[in-house]
Amino acid sequence: MEKPGLRKSLWQIGTWLTNILATGLALLWSVPVIWALVASFRPASDALSRGDVWFSDTLTLENYLHAWSMAPFGRYYINTILVVLTILVVQLVTIVLAGFAFANYQFFGKGWIFFFVLLQMMIPTSALLAPNFSTIRTLGIFDTRLAIAIPYFGSAFGTFLMRQAFISVPRDLVDAGVIDGCSWWQLIFHVYLPPSIPSLVAFGLSSATWHWNEFLWPLIITNSDKSRPLTAGLVRFTQLGEIGAQWSLLTAATLMVAAPLFIVFLIFQRRFIQSFVHSGLK
Amino acid sequence: MNIARFREPTFIGWGNYVKLFSDPYFIQVIKNTLVYVLGTVPISIILGFLFALLVNRKVRGIGFFRLAFFHPMVLPMVSAATIWLFLFTPDYGLFNTALRFLGYTGPENWTGNPNLALLSVIIVAIWKNSGYYMVFYLAGLQNLPEDVFEAAALDGANSWQTLWKITFPMLRRTTLFITIVAFIDSFRTVDHIFVLTSGGPSRASTVLLFDLWLERFEYQNIGSSAAITVIFVIVLLAFTVTNFITSERKEA
Repeated sequence: MEKPGLRKSLWQIGTWLTNILATGLALLWSVPVIWALVASFRPASDALSRGDVWFSDTLTLENYLHAWSMAPFGRYYINTILVVLTILVVQLVTIVLAGFAFANYQFFGKGWIFFFVLLQMMIPTSALLAPNFSTIRTLGIFDTRLAIAIPYFGSAFGTFLMRQAFISVPRDLVDAGVIDGCSWWQLIFHVYLPPSIPSLVAFGLSSATWHWNEFLWPLIITNSDKSRPLTAGLVRFTQLGEIGAQWSLLTAATLMVAAPLFIVFLIFQRRFIQSFVHSGLK
Repeated sequence: MNIARFREPTFIGWGNYVKLFSDPYFIQVIKNTLVYVLGTVPISIILGFLFALLVNRKVRGIGFFRLAFFHPMVLPMVSAATIWLFLFTPDYGLFNTALRFLGYTGPENWTGNPNLALLSVIIVAIWKNSGYYMVFYLAGLQNLPEDVFEAAALDGANSWQTLWKITFPMLRRTTLFITIVAFIDSFRTVDHIFVLTSGGPSRASTVLLFDLWLERFEYQNIGSSAAITVIFVIVLLAFTVTNFITSERKEA
């Protein structure tokens, strides 16, 4: 306090150091994706074997076209999109109904059932690969898109999220709805859902991200290109004998798999990040 | 994919567990899992906290920094790992080039070296997840009440004291939440192992879930895979339940 000048310049140095640290880390974190982006637009013959992708003046789409022609990426896209949409639609129905039941009704064993829902949130589906695999075989739907989607039709996390959103709807509002003669589904659509849309959007975005990117379960439950999604297709592609170390080709394929979701993310960045926060903390 | 021939299952009591724990390979897998969890969880959380502090400022262009730290989260893990596979390439890979520039002279085949394979898998996981944890800390930071900081400033606390005596303790619940998320995530994600090392060399980078996959789908060992599934679920539940109990106790 005695030396405001010194204190101020110390503060300024601190701010500068923070900025330098932030910039350094941000660049470090961005390098892999920027590198891949640049490499994917460089001609395959172009010095890639020397890792020299930065200093070249040729840009080309040939890697993307070549990768596209080497594996049925169109098919993979359709599979991924269908799986993501199927899961999302079914989940929205089940989590809204389950959340509604937990928020609106009193019934025998409710506390225990909810406890088991919470418990299930702690056990990721990937832990249950082996038993789920047996179930799918027994059902006779191995190697179908339905088999990829079916373990996710119920979501403990989504149920929890919707229940939290629904119990914060004022009870007076619900009672008013009941007095006006709302049926249970009218209650859901006109009373519970409108203020809960942010939770629903948050869940939808994180669900879509998660299932677009999922790999292990689709890998073991599919066996042919007719049902294989992008992620499993990509890994298969990287293992093709003729690929070898053709970096430009591989980066192109890698980015193709990530692109649609990534572009949506760039456009709705703020919303996306908020959703992740929202879905995590509520 | 090979389908196991159907055999009438026989009850063998603890047999599968005894077999697992007397198998040096499985002990190796447990060790790897421990190293992987301890290597990814604390560092990702610390980095997430650091990133959150760095981007929680009113500076122009802060959106770029958030994007830089968060974007790996949106990539599929297999894409991220494929990109890193090139970065890790011996000789001319970007990772080695950068390390050489900093004076590193050690082995360069990161994914193929038994001492480095697990570390390379850890690096990719940290790169991918830190930004995710940043987002939770960011939300926590922005929900902290302003008046506490004003009081601290009036009492003459410097930024370092404010950070460790006020900010961090007040984010305890956020930290607990992130720890649980990070812990579960470190067990359930092995996609990058498929791409980078396939669990090798000689199982040096095989962790629990990857071993489960190997036992069940490569070796068709139904009994062992069921036992690993049970161990897997118990570990996850034990960790989260203990965490909740200790946190509630502190709260009281």
